Amino acid sequence: MRAYFGRRYMLSASHRLHSESLSAEENRAAYGKCNNPHGHGHNYVIEVMVRGPVDTQTGMVMNLTDLDAVVRTKVLERFDHTNLNLDPAFVNQVPTTENLCKAVFALLKSAMPPGRLETVRVEETENNFFQCWDAETDWIDC
Amino acid sequence: MVELTRRATFSASHFYWNEGWTAEENERVFGRCANRNGHGHNYTLEVTVAGDPDQVTGFVVDLKWLKDVMEERVLSAFDHRHLNLEVPEFKSAIPTTENIAIAAWKRLEPVLGSTGRAHLKRVRVYETPEIFAEFRGEA
Repeated sequence: MRAYFGRRYMLSASHRLHSESLSAEENRAAYGKCNNPHGHGHNYVIEVMVRGPVDTQTGMVMNLTDLDAVVRTKVLERFDHTNLNLDPAFVNQVPTTENLCKAVFALLKSAMPPGRLETVRVEETENNFFQCWDAETDWIDC
Repeated sequence: MVELTRRATFSASHFYWNEGWTAEENERVFGRCANRNGHGHNYTLEVTVAGDPDQVTGFVVDLKWLKDVMEERVLSAFDHRHLNLEVPEFKSAIPTTENIAIAAWKRLEPVLGSTGRAHLKRVRVYETPEIFAEFRGEA
């Protein structure tokens, strides 16, 4: 039987939303306070949901410790307490939370067996969040 | 189609143990959860039904009715219980969060599947605010 298992992690990082292809005025118009030159930070919540059959021996979709290890090595150690703008993932793209969500999804997907990763949700604050999944999967909510 | 979710909490104890394994194997795979004396959680049960709102009432389902179904079918069996020892489903299955979500679905589906307008969409169980499992009735 297929079930889903989810886990929430936290990382703290700084970023500045600024696009080199926009003028200073356009950047301010697009990003507002998030364009302030010296950046700012968030406590991001990274919610990872995996899917798969429930193993009859363990009762688990995936062992929590294995998921923790993948997320820690691929995501938390890379981004926690860093400036996202300086990460190679954001050399050519603005570190919006949309793009952070996509980057986290890609990093985790490449470290897991095919079809295992269901969704990645990144909460930038309590009031906004972003979610990524594979378009080719049968994820059909909304 | 509108989704409606109702949340409820229950507190229960459990431990993880596979009788077919040695103590060492159990401890390696399940870690602290393999302590046979058990431990407990405050679980959150989230039940989502989906359907079109009724033309007259505007309800997908009556929330009070859904609350009563969750209470009668799940909470009365799980709340303040030792899942391994007191809930029949876990005589043969380890009471992981995944299996709790599946057991809750199976308890709810016969009632929530028969409302006519709405159907059971998913059951999500939080073991802690950071750990959850979900079942959507898939094979």
